[in-house]
Amino acid sequence: MTIQTLRLAIDIGGTFTDTVLVSDEDTILASTKTLTTHGNPAEGAMEGARRVMQQSDRTLAEVTGFIHGTTLATNALIERRGAVVATICTEGFRDILEIGYERRYSQYDINLEKPDLLVPRERSLTISERMSAEGDVLIPLDETQIDALLADIDASGAEAIAICLMHAYANPTHEQRLRTILTERRPDLTVSISSDVSPEAREFDRLCTTVANAYIQPLMEHYLSRFVDQFEAAGVTCSILMMTAGGGMCTVETAARFPIRLVESGPAGGAILAARIAARSGLDKVLSFDVGGTTAKLCLIDKARPQTSRAFEIARAARFIKGSGMPVRIPVIEMIEIGAGGGSIAGVDRLGRLTVGPKSAGSEPGPVAFMRGGTDPTVTDSDITLGYIVPDTFAEGHIRLDPEASKAALTRTIGDRLNLDPIGSADGVSRIVDESMASAGRMHAVESGKDLGPRTMIAFGGNGPLHASRVARSAGVSCIVIPPNPGVGSAIGFLFAPISFEIVRSRYSLLESLGLDGVNDLFDTMIAEAKEVVGQGAGNAPTETQRTAFMRYSGQGHEIEITLPDRPLTAEDITPLTAAFEKEYRKQFSRPVPGMEIEILNWAVRVATPDPALLPVPETPECTAFNVTETRQITCDVDGSTKDAAFVARADLKPGNHVSGPALIHEPQTTTLVSADFSAHVDSIGNLVLIQHQKGGA
Amino acid sequence: MTAELSPARLQVMWNRLLAVVEEQGQTLIRAAFSPIVRECGDISAGIFDVNGRMLAQAVTGTPGHINTMAEAVLHLRGRFCLQDMKPGDIYMTNDPWLASGHLNDFLLMMPAFKDGKVVGFTSCTSHLVDLGGLGMGPEGSDIYDEGLLIPPCKLVEAGTPNALLMDIIRANSREPIANEGDIYALIACCEAGVKRLISMMDEFGIGDLDTLGSYIIDTSRKGALEAIAEVPEGVYKNVLRMDGYENELELHATLTVAKDGMHVDFTGTAGCSKKGINVPLNYATAYTVFALRCIVGPDIPNNAGSLEPFTVDGPKGCILNAQRPVPVAMRHTLGQVTPDLVLGCLHQALPDQVPAEGASCMFDLPMRHAPEVAANGGREFAIEPVHNGGTGARPHADGLSATAYPSGVFGSQVEITESMAPVIMWRRELLPDSGGAGKYRGGLGQRIEMTSSNNAPFIVFLSVERLKFPALGRMGGQPGALGRIRFRDGDSDIPGKGELRVEGDDYLIFDTPGGGGFGNPAERDPAALALDLKRGLVTEEGAKAYGGVS
Repeated sequence: MTIQTLRLAIDIGGTFTDTVLVSDEDTILASTKTLTTHGNPAEGAMEGARRVMQQSDRTLAEVTGFIHGTTLATNALIERRGAVVATICTEGFRDILEIGYERRYSQYDINLEKPDLLVPRERSLTISERMSAEGDVLIPLDETQIDALLADIDASGAEAIAICLMHAYANPTHEQRLRTILTERRPDLTVSISSDVSPEAREFDRLCTTVANAYIQPLMEHYLSRFVDQFEAAGVTCSILMMTAGGGMCTVETAARFPIRLVESGPAGGAILAARIAARSGLDKVLSFDVGGTTAKLCLIDKARPQTSRAFEIARAARFIKGSGMPVRIPVIEMIEIGAGGGSIAGVDRLGRLTVGPKSAGSEPGPVAFMRGGTDPTVTDSDITLGYIVPDTFAEGHIRLDPEASKAALTRTIGDRLNLDPIGSADGVSRIVDESMASAGRMHAVESGKDLGPRTMIAFGGNGPLHASRVARSAGVSCIVIPPNPGVGSAIGFLFAPISFEIVRSRYSLLESLGLDGVNDLFDTMIAEAKEVVGQGAGNAPTETQRTAFMRYSGQGHEIEITLPDRPLTAEDITPLTAAFEKEYRKQFSRPVPGMEIEILNWAVRVATPDPALLPVPETPECTAFNVTETRQITCDVDGSTKDAAFVARADLKPGNHVSGPALIHEPQTTTLVSADFSAHVDSIGNLVLIQHQKGGA
Repeated sequence: MTAELSPARLQVMWNRLLAVVEEQGQTLIRAAFSPIVRECGDISAGIFDVNGRMLAQAVTGTPGHINTMAEAVLHLRGRFCLQDMKPGDIYMTNDPWLASGHLNDFLLMMPAFKDGKVVGFTSCTSHLVDLGGLGMGPEGSDIYDEGLLIPPCKLVEAGTPNALLMDIIRANSREPIANEGDIYALIACCEAGVKRLISMMDEFGIGDLDTLGSYIIDTSRKGALEAIAEVPEGVYKNVLRMDGYENELELHATLTVAKDGMHVDFTGTAGCSKKGINVPLNYATAYTVFALRCIVGPDIPNNAGSLEPFTVDGPKGCILNAQRPVPVAMRHTLGQVTPDLVLGCLHQALPDQVPAEGASCMFDLPMRHAPEVAANGGREFAIEPVHNGGTGARPHADGLSATAYPSGVFGSQVEITESMAPVIMWRRELLPDSGGAGKYRGGLGQRIEMTSSNNAPFIVFLSVERLKFPALGRMGGQPGALGRIRFRDGDSDIPGKGELRVEGDDYLIFDTPGGGGFGNPAERDPAALALDLKRGLVTEEGAKAYGGVS
């Protein structure tokens, strides 16, 4: 008998806190959604934990693994609830934040305001010092200025300091010295230094990342210690690990040092879940599709690994437009997020064009049908009008729906202006929002040099299964997988994340004249750092190390990630690395450019515990038609006609059961729409698999 | 089943076309070699119907391609016979008067075939690194000095690039490899566009673009005309004084607003320069229409319908309608101030909606090692850092400091510049008091100080504006500060155009210009002024322009 494990995952989101309890590898014992308690989020988490323990008749003391993710860090940044931060930069560079990239994020909007980057100019301080790009000291740190600097810090009311000196990624000694002095003389301040938080070239991005880290550090330190205290008091004995944006877990101590790495951990959990399903089902190319109330998040997953990125933008002000937020450079699972979800508001612009989102009715006032004061028709209202959301099974009957109110709102806002009946209006809203989700996916794929068509979509989130077949059709995707418990997908994903830490550091060189000793030293330092961090959580468990170089043709902007051997580089590696780069370049751009120099600016190390072993997937039993006993009338999303759709409870479906579209497969937290051009079956591990059997006329 | 083209379906298809051109644009930017393409998105991508009418165009980093592409495709479409076109053919030109104002911009056009006949076209434009001649700079004395001009021709024949043409392009460039890479990127972009257009037509079950095209064009034209109808009819005139190259010059514009459109005429504008700051009319038109569209119907996508009501003309031979064979390499220097010129007209019609003048012309600063450095085996380099001044104050908000407008360029990061070239930027900070005073203050310019990092001399190729004539304010707002270029130990300022040699021990200082103010400075909210003082954006001395600190 193997030792039984009992693992708890808690994902605190903006509206709901999702809690999942799993035994062994992935047997879900219980899951629940509780309302997030904004005053003290740990309370809602505790409530969720109590419920799953009760449901499964376990106690917190039995828990052997505890993974936590929270939007608190993200929300603190979006809602501007962080600390008062002052920055210290190199003399001559007071305005790195003000100047940024010197651009407007929207070409035609002359009235736009630039994003608020948290530190106004009066708290932007400088000190005399200077490193060269190679890390040589050009001007030593002028410690005679410290007293004046401290006086300025005191006067500014700063609670946290972000230090970002020029080229500190190449030589951090000035930043480290400055931090030592500050912590000695002002022990109450929290200090973040750029060479720790984000040791990459590009002063604006590095400073933003350091500022964001400093901004949430006091808050997150406090939150994390309180969270741990409460759960320990409630009987938890195992250590609590935190989910990061990069899709790995880290200790609470590391999280407190680099709280910026906790942003967007919920969506990362979703991508991890999708990757896990991809691995178990042997799916090579996947698009994860996570739709909630306000946004849709899409992620490309190749060979069961979510696409990652080293940059991310927080709190995009204007309609999710690139450049309207605060850039942070941390390892993240790369996703495209657009303002399209169940609560997205529909309208008509002055050209008479239907628009949907990015404004959302959220959960308050919510869609019109919820009868909580919402008056603008939403995507959910159109789904109700089209018959896809069936009032009597919605949200386990907790929320009463008024379909007539939805129709009236659609008529008022859209139908009267475009001369459409409620169903025509709802159909229009659906087409527009589904097309925009598909477009976002296509665009994201193009930006990554990839194609959507051959992918399998893995759909989850409260509205993902409802829109999956419609979006898949627009995106040219013909296979969809909907995992069990899709409503709490992110929390389930937490349970499959490795303990990991990733470091990216800049060091500019040309591939053909690579300074091997320097690069090898750089890797030694980075690996030691990362191993120490991972060791805190993983103890003596085995770890894997991955070394990566980000290469590009000199002059080109687009970097290609090339995996390096896990050993020091030698002169013999240059030729195969050049070949590896050209091969990957050909894959993305159809032909390499022989003769062009290859340059490398960034180097990365990732240390992680190995992925959990996969159970072999039993063959799906032979398909048997499920005996449909109930139908509901819907408007067909393929051709707009009225049709009877099979109405099936997911719990009644057994592996091998097959249902032809159109069908509505409902479960407590969501409904799957199987469009007329799709059919669905349940595979051996409980996934719902939708296959398009004919090309629909969109 | 015949697909019924309901408004929602037409709109979904329209949205799809807009997505396709954005995808095309991204494909091009990712694969481009020219830094100006990567950093500034100096590209364009569009989809056209069988008659060459533009249906959709990507919103990219530069307004410089806005109508130029639409006009160029119409020209190529008229020049080559539909019957002679085969699947896989691609046509091209870099003729500045047909494509986009200077030789570096290559424009490609590819017919899209469905069921054996042409149903539309895709087109794209991108800035190539080097076309020979004297290179990117204003020093040429005619177009022949500026490099290789390729008249409209077939670049790709049924999928096979014309080998001779590719050889000629390679042989005429200092950067043959990068150029070749860029041309392949353009070809890939056209092909991707055609593929996606046809698959969209298959998906939606349409055999031609007639219904969709008419829907897009009619809806957009109607929207544009409605927006124009909100502008008081009339004739509005404006004059800008600019530094010029060999002498100062005036730009004139007359804006006529009528029910059926807006027309701009450059009559009165100075004649051409002997150097390459002249602007072909297509390029001047692009920036002019861009500026008008920022105020009038900015939410309507660019296409044949939305652009049709906006027309621009100018007497042949004026510097904004330069004729062959004058040099035009740096046509953006004055092209980028045409928005200030025409917005000065529009302001008279819409005093409450038009911002003040801004720095406008970017401080694009190509630098490379001095020739003898290469000869002596020293470190060679070529970089093109871009930095900007302040934008004009808006009618209800301050201008933006150190921000590009009308261009959508990205400013360079100092750490990247220093990684790639042996230079050190010792300072890059906003310049206090450089924003024009006003009820709303102009955006601030910035000060950049730099030296060589290895004592080797280098050359800067200058073509910047507003060192003599500032960005003016509106409604009582004061002008922004002038730009300025000088050596710290120099006796006199350095002019804004031409080659500048920087010795190993020279300390070079650039001040980018500030934006003009909007409204009477005395009316500025005292709290806003106090905040500016607290933030050091305005000094005690500078506060005098507002009547001093109360």
